[in-house]
Amino acid sequence: MPDTGQTALLDRAGLDALVAALTADGRTVVGPTVRDGAVVLAELDGADALPWGWGTELEAGRYRLVRRDDGAAFAHTSGPQSWKSFLHPQREKLWDVDRDAAGELTVCPARNEPPSYAFLGVRPCDLRAIAIQDRVLAGGHFRDDGYAERRSGAFLIAAECTEPGATCFCVSMGSGPAAEAGFDLALTELIDTGGHRFLVRAGSAEGARILDRVPSEKGDTTTSDAARSAVDAARDRMGRAMPPMDLRALLGASPEAERWDDVAARCLTCGNCTMVCPTCFCTTTEEVTDLTGDHAERWQRWDSCFDLDFSYLHGGPVRASARSRYRQWLTHKLSTWHDQFDSTGCVGCGRCITWCPVGIDITEEVNALAEEARS
Amino acid sequence: MAAVPTLAVFKLASCDGCQLTLLDCEDELLALAGRVRIAHFLEASSAVQPGPYDLSLVEGSITTPADAERIRAIRSASRRLVTIGACATAGGIQALRNFADVEEFRRTVYARPDYIDTLATSTPVSAHVDVDFELRGCPIDRRQLLEVVTAFLADRRPDVPDHSVCFECKRRGTVCVTVAHGTPCLGPVTHAGCGALCPAYGRGCYGCFGPSGSVNLPALIPVLQRDGLDDRDTERLLSTFNVAAFAAHDREPRP
Ligand code: SF4
Ligand code: SF4
Ligand code: SF4
Ligand code: SF4
Repeated sequence: MPDTGQTALLDRAGLDALVAALTADGRTVVGPTVRDGAVVLAELDGADALPWGWGTELEAGRYRLVRRDDGAAFAHTSGPQSWKSFLHPQREKLWDVDRDAAGELTVCPARNEPPSYAFLGVRPCDLRAIAIQDRVLAGGHFRDDGYAERRSGAFLIAAECTEPGATCFCVSMGSGPAAEAGFDLALTELIDTGGHRFLVRAGSAEGARILDRVPSEKGDTTTSDAARSAVDAARDRMGRAMPPMDLRALLGASPEAERWDDVAARCLTCGNCTMVCPTCFCTTTEEVTDLTGDHAERWQRWDSCFDLDFSYLHGGPVRASARSRYRQWLTHKLSTWHDQFDSTGCVGCGRCITWCPVGIDITEEVNALAEEARS
Repeated sequence: MAAVPTLAVFKLASCDGCQLTLLDCEDELLALAGRVRIAHFLEASSAVQPGPYDLSLVEGSITTPADAERIRAIRSASRRLVTIGACATAGGIQALRNFADVEEFRRTVYARPDYIDTLATSTPVSAHVDVDFELRGCPIDRRQLLEVVTAFLADRRPDVPDHSVCFECKRRGTVCVTVAHGTPCLGPVTHAGCGALCPAYGRGCYGCFGPSGSVNLPALIPVLQRDGLDDRDTERLLSTFNVAAFAAHDREPRP
């Protein structure tokens, strides 16, 4: 998508008008909002539902909401969901099949009209994650039609990062904190002597059209410069980093590392890391029959390489040990993903670190593997 | 299976809650009654037909010599035997006796201890006879029960994953109570099946479906204790409906 070069300035009312314009177009607007002690992603009925004045305090295995005096709307990171919850939902019906009295089978695809989404507040790392899932689910030999339909209609409004979290490491994965491509609109939140406002850049013709319908001021170079330096400052405040080396080669060469035993002793194999990861795409199928035996359905639901059944072949699971399952996750993310999909499978969003109940930290594990490889 | 398969429901030492789940399947119960002949289900009808039965659902644990005999008779009268609930699959809450002195209970609780004929342990049905499938939970989940019955009628494998409650919790979109609130939760070591009910209401999982297929207690216990449980609280949390099943897992890392 080309950066159209068009910029504008919105205030809080302007952001609300943007949500209203998207809703008027029949879109379901999804964005961050506070629920149950976290910033979650949910359908928004206006910009008022955004987490104004909420920040997050993160550590490995720990997440807390904190109040902020500046009233910022996008000063939070790493919630428990990602946009895949909408584009690649946890459970989806694929088809129904009915058997009539003569034994004839009729199969009908179950897909409803996909919702037309507008995502408000997509972080640069998550833009990258969506692009990765596009390649996996819509770009290869095995297209997921439901994903492709939902994705092609989705309108993406990025929110650049000016307040990275303690578990973020997008810089070392090359996927943030600036939004460079893959958005319809990109926001940068600014709170300074000039007031509380959002610099908006249009990244597509559709984005420019919507922006024209929203009351705004023209962007100026002073504000653009302030936005650039706020994002640049975020670059230097990453909470974590991957070691600066070829991670694909490191993981490819580490299948027998001793570190796997160490992490396996701490890992619950609970699957939280893969569920929160914005790029993990694995599913299993469910065959549902009803009591008559004449109706069956096929459903797809999220699965994870931490599930014993994930590698179940005749006689048992191939990856029975926690060691082999943790190793699969990390090796796929950082190494074999390149072989399959020409990129890394990690964008450095930090979710797997924050939402692991025992706080296992992917950057710490990789640093330890790097250390072990050196010695 | 015969043209109209027969279904039987039996009860051993238990509270009846799991059988009741079958009656709770209101909408589907009529469809079920149309597909099977309910030959033995005392909670629903006193009319009892003799075996053999195509599918027997057994609730309750073995706590008396008489039940230890009875389960053999039930097994030999059943083509398929499925145990339902924490009592039948793990010994239930009554398996607390396995870790105490039953003689002492008998003397203290009963006016005429000599009337009580009980075993020193409460054991799952699978400790006595072969079982075709174990459905966990205290009580079992209605949806899973229907899945198991439907699967056995269709001669297919039931879709009852044995991964952790966390899988269901994340799929449901619940905010993790451990990570976001510091609430102790047994979800990471507990068998899925309830749909992560407790965390959805802001409380920790208390393990009523028993251990998952992949348990690491030494990794979880420090987190429970960080969040306020002491050694005794931790043992109590692990010593409820599935006490005997959790007791089989190490608390400390193996040397
Ligand atoms: S790394 Fe953490 S979140 Fe992932 S399976 Fe292990 S304990 Fe669960
Ligand atoms: S592996 Fe972890 S840090 Fe990387 S994209 Fe997935 S959740 Fe984010
Ligand atoms: S890390 Fe595991 S769950 Fe994630 S995409 Fe790879 S195999 Fe699937
Ligand atoms: S609330 Fe409990 S069950 Fe849910 S993800 Fe957290 S630890 Fe797992």
